Amino acid sequence: MAIDMAQFHQIFFEESFEGLDAMESGLLNLDMGDVNVEDINTIFRAAHSIKGGSGTFGFSAVSDFTHVMETLLDEMRDGRRKITQPIVDVLLGSVDCLREMLEAIQSGKALNLTGIAQHKLALDDALKVSEAQTNLSNIGQSEHTESELSAVSQVDGWNIAFSPHFDLLKTGNDPIRIFRELSSFGNLDSIVDLRGVPEIYDLDPEECYLSWKLILKGNIAASDIEDAFAWVEDNCDLSMQVILPPSSVSVEMPEQSREIRLQQQSQLPEPIPLPQDKQKPIENQEPSKATAAKAASSSIRVDTAKIDTLINMVGELVITQSMLSLIGEHFDLTKLDQLKNGLSQLERHTRELQESVMNIRMLPISFVFSRFPRLAHDISSKLGKKIELKLIGENTEVDKTVVEQISDPLVHLVRNSLDHGIEMPDVRSAAGKPETGTVILEAYHRGGNIVIEVRDDGKGMDKDVLRAKAIEKGLISEDTVLTDKQCYELIFMPGFSTAEKLTDISGRGVGMDVVRRNIEALGGNIEVISNLGKGSTISIHLPLTLAILDGQSIAVGDETYILPLGSIIESLNIKEDRINRVIGQGETYLLRGEYLSIVRLHEIFHTPNVKATTLTEGLLIVVEGQGARYGLFVDDLLGQQQVVIKSLEANYRRIEGVSAATILGDGSVALILDIPGLLRLANQ
Amino acid sequence: MANILAVDDSASMRQMVAFTLKGAGHNVVEAVDGVDALNKAKQQAFDCVVTDVNMPNKDGIALIKDLRALPNYKFTPLLMLTTESGMDKKQQGKDAGATGWIVKPFNPDQLLKTIQKVLS
Repeated sequence: MAIDMAQFHQIFFEESFEGLDAMESGLLNLDMGDVNVEDINTIFRAAHSIKGGSGTFGFSAVSDFTHVMETLLDEMRDGRRKITQPIVDVLLGSVDCLREMLEAIQSGKALNLTGIAQHKLALDDALKVSEAQTNLSNIGQSEHTESELSAVSQVDGWNIAFSPHFDLLKTGNDPIRIFRELSSFGNLDSIVDLRGVPEIYDLDPEECYLSWKLILKGNIAASDIEDAFAWVEDNCDLSMQVILPPSSVSVEMPEQSREIRLQQQSQLPEPIPLPQDKQKPIENQEPSKATAAKAASSSIRVDTAKIDTLINMVGELVITQSMLSLIGEHFDLTKLDQLKNGLSQLERHTRELQESVMNIRMLPISFVFSRFPRLAHDISSKLGKKIELKLIGENTEVDKTVVEQISDPLVHLVRNSLDHGIEMPDVRSAAGKPETGTVILEAYHRGGNIVIEVRDDGKGMDKDVLRAKAIEKGLISEDTVLTDKQCYELIFMPGFSTAEKLTDISGRGVGMDVVRRNIEALGGNIEVISNLGKGSTISIHLPLTLAILDGQSIAVGDETYILPLGSIIESLNIKEDRINRVIGQGETYLLRGEYLSIVRLHEIFHTPNVKATTLTEGLLIVVEGQGARYGLFVDDLLGQQQVVIKSLEANYRRIEGVSAATILGDGSVALILDIPGLLRLANQ
Repeated sequence: MANILAVDDSASMRQMVAFTLKGAGHNVVEAVDGVDALNKAKQQAFDCVVTDVNMPNKDGIALIKDLRALPNYKFTPLLMLTTESGMDKKQQGKDAGATGWIVKPFNPDQLLKTIQKVLS
């Protein structure tokens, strides 16, 4: 039967990447002095699974590579090989190489053959020391056996003596199955030998007392017969004699009644593949580009408990629905209370259902965090710093999109902390700090948000240096007054970098503004607090889910708009004496000593039937987003509600000032406002 | 049509085995490790068990040993999925009471052929 193996590729890739992560963290946790066998076992198992799967699914380059790793790990596991840091480093490098190979195959790209060959060589070198000699002798042996067997090229058949041991049946094997297989090769005659059968009183029906003489006619390879008996070779006495065709019975075949011991061939270890085996490209077995790329983003692994909760919830919903339809069938006013009960039940179930559906998209942040111990290990050894990385709250669950998008910004932040934050050991001890610097990566829930913090106890940031740098770069003018907070936020400005020289670790100062942009694209914000000499903390606040938003509905004319609740600072009635009108620059409002631009929503969207056109008739909502803060002038505040975000770009097109849309309870569409976008519109 | 228990901690291999066997009309129950398999084997009678060797929570060898000790599985074909390099594993498996093995990598046809052989 033809089975399309490609359908299992995606899941194979997923579990392989998980396996690689497990190998990596296992290798990093290995304590050279005191190695736990179970740790090595875990690493070995992961390599073994990848090897088995890649072989089965036709990724031979991967399985060849893993095979060498596995051999090395096997020796480590058996205690035949001492575990040293160089070997661990070679294995870590191989994990990276394997990851690259799998990523390349998954996305249909060509493999980096030189890189792979290098890693393979490093592995082979590590193996060579003890393996070389045993290997050579093995290869020699196997050639010998093969040439012996191939000498018998034409046979008439085989005489086989087969005496099962008593316990053969207890392995689940059955002579009849072997005979059936043999008879598929040629004509089989069997003569049973009953001499071993005891008296009926002594007979144990679970044991095998029979033995057979078999004559199998046909030109059959010895290996086929050996295969048929392979499973029982230890549970029987077996001898095979070749029957040669009459013509070839001559001196040239001195061993014409030669016995072939079965074990000989099957116990040969498989030879270690040579590095050049892998130089050949493997394009043919790679999945097509389009399918691989599509598959990569579309699947999610969900804890079955979550699915069970969901099914349970749907069950409840169905019961409530049938109850309601029963009430509706013969409705009169006496049933009003029942109806109200039913509706409130419906509301509760819908809310629970919503929560559990959202929950499906939630993944523990450990998916992201798990790569950082390796990063810290590599960077600290490269820089010669002593660094301890602590992970806290790895089980905090975040939306899948967040998991996918937060990784690069976080890498950037952690690298910054390791590179610029933590000082060299001698500088640290001179400052009276422990030599080992600590970087803490923590995730936790606060309110409806996820907070991710990168904290270090390094040298912190100097406000004056930041300020001077910004002036030097022309980002601010010399007389700009900045609060402490604004000083630290300078690092998020494009083109700002405080590193004295560029390193290959933290990049070229293009990072922090991109970090902020990425995080704001996820609907979050980023803050930095620093204490000179004590360290810095960078906190990222992200919404719990990207599919639902806590919104405040506002009314302008006949229209309802939604403002993200998190962007609203306050709302107030406008007092005439605080309004300033500057010709050509619009209106501002004086609030506690600060001038806020007033943005009239109805003017931006040309909303008809507006109730409040004079400022004092409406309300001013003070909003903030991406550093912009202004007053939004609207008719009225309606209510707060959770809204489901529907993408405008996917359903219509991108509109400046609007981030998305939603559908309200009455079925009408409301636009969700984009705070910085509105300000840009107003300034045009 | 037979009832077959497929045991592997690797989801892709497990699904491949299950899919292949189901395609040939068998009933397949999947188990993720030895402990899971043993529980399932006690709840339901299987005509054949196909198990991976390297697994967390009771490996394939220990599973075969425990299964063989159960009265219902005294003569049941118990097959292990093993890699070529694991010759010592084959021996350990045999000692534990395995019927035979299927060598990885294998294709669905080889798997079916072997299963057909022990079920006939």
